[in-house]
Parts: sequence; C-alpha cells; structure tokens
Amino acid sequence: MTLAQVQIQQREGGTCEANNGFCPDWIADNLDRYVDPFLQHVFLTVTSVAIGFVIAFALALLAHRKRWLLPPLSASSQILYGIPSVALFLLLLPITGRGSVTGLIALVSYTLIFVFVNVTTGLDGVPKDSVDAARGMGLTERQLLWRVEVPLALPEIFAGLRIATTTTVGLAALAFFAGAGGLGEEITRDKGFQSNIAVAGGLAVLLALVLDLLILVVQRLMTPWRRAAM
Amino acid sequence: MPEAATLEFRGAIKRYPGHEEPAVNELSLTVPAGEICVLVGPSGCGKTTAMRMVNRMIDITGGDILLDDRSVTDREPAELRREIGYAIQQIGLFPHLTVGDNIATVPRLLGWDKPRIAERVDELLELVSLDPGDTRDRYPAQLSGGQRQRIGVARALAVDPPLMLMDEPFGAIDPINRESLQNEFLRLQQRLRKTIVFVTHDIDEAIKMGDRIAILKEGGHLAQYASPAELLMYPADKFVEDFVGADRALKRLALQRVRDIDLWKAATVRVGEPVPGARAKLDDADIDYLLVVDDDGRPRGWLSDRGLSGERVTEEFRSKAQPVVEMDDVLRDALSDLLESETRYGAVVDDGGRVQGILSLEVISHVLQAPPEEVPHGADAFVPED
Repeated sequence: MTLAQVQIQQREGGTCEANNGFCPDWIADNLDRYVDPFLQHVFLTVTSVAIGFVIAFALALLAHRKRWLLPPLSASSQILYGIPSVALFLLLLPITGRGSVTGLIALVSYTLIFVFVNVTTGLDGVPKDSVDAARGMGLTERQLLWRVEVPLALPEIFAGLRIATTTTVGLAALAFFAGAGGLGEEITRDKGFQSNIAVAGGLAVLLALVLDLLILVVQRLMTPWRRAAM
Repeated sequence: MPEAATLEFRGAIKRYPGHEEPAVNELSLTVPAGEICVLVGPSGCGKTTAMRMVNRMIDITGGDILLDDRSVTDREPAELRREIGYAIQQIGLFPHLTVGDNIATVPRLLGWDKPRIAERVDELLELVSLDPGDTRDRYPAQLSGGQRQRIGVARALAVDPPLMLMDEPFGAIDPINRESLQNEFLRLQQRLRKTIVFVTHDIDEAIKMGDRIAILKEGGHLAQYASPAELLMYPADKFVEDFVGADRALKRLALQRVRDIDLWKAATVRVGEPVPGARAKLDDADIDYLLVVDDDGRPRGWLSDRGLSGERVTEEFRSKAQPVVEMDDVLRDALSDLLESETRYGAVVDDGGRVQGILSLEVISHVLQAPPEEVPHGADAFVPED
C-alpha cells in the first residue's frame, strides 16, 4: 500500500483535501486523470461482455440442439462463476502475466453463466405451439432457430446481457489485481479520499447505468411485438 | 400445385419403441380430392398421430401414405410440409411477427416476391372475413381468439395447398364463435374444395364438418369410415353406436334442411272464399285442415271441417298458424318446433313468407327411412345464411 501513501503526499490543496473530504474544486481540477482509467474500464467491460456473449450464445445453441450437453455446460459455467474473482485474477497471473489479457479472460468467464442460462431459458420458453406450427409449415431446423426461436427468446437473452454487463462493470473494478487497469486502480490509489472515491466510483456506476440503458433501448427496438400485447 | 389432392392411407402403422401396441394400426382409407375427412375418436385413439403422419411430423413405421399416388416417405419433410396446409388447435401464431408476416411464412419459404406476397396476404385476410388494412400490421396478441383462429386458417391456406391438415382448429373457441367459424369454414370450402384431414374429438363437429368420417378406437384401429348419414344409420359395431350417441336419428336430422325434403302439399284458402270450393280443397288435401292465408299467401290459421259452416270462409280459425317453418331451417330444429306446438303440422314458408307446403311428424319420420346416399354432407349440407 505504499502507492496510496505516495498519492496522499502528492495531493495538493487546502483543508478540504487535507481532511479527505468531498471537494468539488479538486474534482474539477483533477477530472482529466480519470479519463484513461475510465476508457480502460469501458474497454474491459465491453470487450469481455462481447466475447463472453459470443461464446455463451454459441454454447447455448449447441446445448439447445444436443440436449445432453446442457448439464455439463451449465455445471462448468457455474463452477467458473463460483471462483472468487480476486482469486481468479491472481490465479491467472502466473499463466498469462499482468495485463489486459488476464483481466479479460477472468471477466469473460464471469459473463458466461448469465448469457448461457438466459439464452437456454429463453429458447426453452418459446411457445411449443409456435415451434410445432413452424415445423408443420415446413421450416427447416435452422430456419426454425433463427426465424422463430431466437427472436422469441430475445427478451430473455437481453435480460441476461444486461445482468452480465452490469456485473462486469463491477468486476472490472477488480481487474487492476491482474494489472489490467480500470477505475479500480484509481479507487485504491487513494481510497481514503472521499473525492477520489466519489469520482472513480461514480464513473463506474454511471457506466453501468449507461450501458444498461443502451441495451434496453436496443432491446425495445428489436422486440416491438412485446409492447403490442398491452 | 393442383387444386386438391387425393390422400391414401395404405396399411399405415405407427409403432413407438417400447410400446407393445401400435399408436396407429394398419390404417387404410382414401380421401377423395376435394373432400373433408374427419378423424374422430376418444383421446388416445391415435387420430392426431394419424394426421401428423401425413406431413411427416411423425414418421410411419409400416405401410404407406400416398399423396396423389406418391409416397410421402419419398419426400423431403420440409419440402413436403410446405405443400400441405397446417392448422392446429393452439394455432401457433408467431407472437413476434405481425399478422401479415405470419400469413407470409410459407410464401417466403417458397421465395415469392414481395408484391405477390402482399397481394396474397390481403386476399387471404378478406377470405377469412378480416379487414386487411385493420389487421395486417397487428401482432397476434392484439387480436381476439376468433380472429387468431381465422389468421391460423389463412396462414394454412397461404400457398393454396392441395391438402390441409387441421387438428381441432376450432377446439379452443367458445361455442357461439365456434359455430360461426365452422359455418364460415364450410362456406369457404364450398368455394375452395380442398382435400382436408380434420381431427376432432367432438362427434357433433365431425358430423357437421365431414364428407366422410373415420371413427378410430383405442390402439389406432379404424372402427368405421363412412359418410355422416351412413354412420348414423348403420353404425358398424357397438363402439361406433355408443360413440355417435343414442340420439342418432336427431343427429341425422341435423344434416338436412327443410328445402331438401318432399313436403306435403298445403290446401290453402282465403277468408271470404265460398265454402263449397274450400270443402272440395279439403277433400283433396293430405291433412284434415285447411290453411288460411292472407292476400300475399302468408299463413294465418288452420281451419277444420267444422269451421266451414256458413257460405263463405270466416276468420274463425281452429288455431293460429303455428309453428311456421322456414325452408332453410334444419330439420332437427323444425322437429323441435313441431313438438312444441299444439298442432301436428307446420306451415313451411319461403323467404317472402309465402306458404310452400306442410311439414308433419310423418314427413320427418319418412325422411329418416331414406337411404344415406340421399343425405347431403359436409360443405354440401351447408346452406349459406344469406
């Protein structure tokens, strides 16, 4: 924790700063030093969710077609999720070294379960009579999947994506353990200083909210039929 | 595609692994092109299985099923199914697609171009009595049960398939809407003349909808395959007899309308006519009463011999002209009217209310003696309301 002490010494300003208080002036002056960590946080979150989504979605489709794959795949994603995050970051260090790659690998492994479970639940929840009608009208299995099952599973899939995204924003705050940077690094750099916590923490919360809203908007655009029922 | 196909089950068997008894056991029957064949029977009789074997939703394990003399087992399932209309009880509309897109499902699979699809969607919506402009862009959740059922039928008809499979298509509808959907469908069939395999557990629906009825019993055995009238008059065994019910004669009367049968001639007189002439008419008549009509020929009352006392016919009717039966009335309803009234006779009138003949209990029981071939069935038994 020597780093943090160095930071305290470097902190400039009046009594507010000296008392570790919430200092608007200091925040205004120092906002630019959060830009890079914030962008790194966005990069970690978006990249790991995207990679995790592709992997989990593909695995869920596979398990949907080959039902026997469902229990082992579910179990694997649960085990991955069950590993404490800090431990996973540290576990990976000797293998992949410090840096973004290690951070991404760990974060991706946490997104898998949300997407996998929700895609699977969504596909299982597609009305049986729609599936029967689709087959009866001559849709091939592939057409059935992409034209009927996946569109009807979209609400569940988006729900999984939202949980995965907000969770990842939080977990990415620990990615600095793997040397992947992000807002977590700023928080720990001077964790006794309220202004620092407020800005770094606030940016993380803001990021989670913005990403969540973004996904929600896309979901509404892609599922116009959901609003028609009302 | 031809307008209607001939469908033949040739000793078709469906045996599930691990089951001793087959679900469908050597089913053999032919559905001539343009006819409605109703598969009916108690639950577990294999009627739905038999229907689903036709478009290979279930594959047969023995025998054969031929569509226009070509075995369905030679066909690629998806390609075969696109040529066969498919409507099920739960309808199975796609909730995420608009009504128009739902109906366009098979046309799109077959690669129709956009203008042709749009035109066909509107045509089909009109065919099932829905307003295209109002319905086309709605989602299924925004429609009533009856409307959804109509969309299901429209979707099944989209590419004008020569064969339609319908599994309890009106099963989930309340009785009143059900009846109107059945009538609408029969009216549609009068125009389209598709070959239709129709599954139901309701014998009344089977009798109403079917040109031919296949009664299946447990284990997928065909108990009888016959026209509705034949089934009602000559049930093949105890099972069929029980299944069609004890009111067979009444059910048969439901197949015919007053206009279908030979009525007694009515001896009509007008008030003010000389009595001797009226008395002469009474002597010629089939019954002991004269029917007094007004100047337009509408029935007013019954007159017996005793009423013919003066010089001219008076208004001293023995009874009012009740009941009055219309030509389009179903015989069963007409019989009910007769039983309710104090007279044994009913005046039958045409659309203008003019007397056309007399219906009596004797006339009806005579009808029940007629051979089954003379009884209309399916869409032919149906007379449009207008």
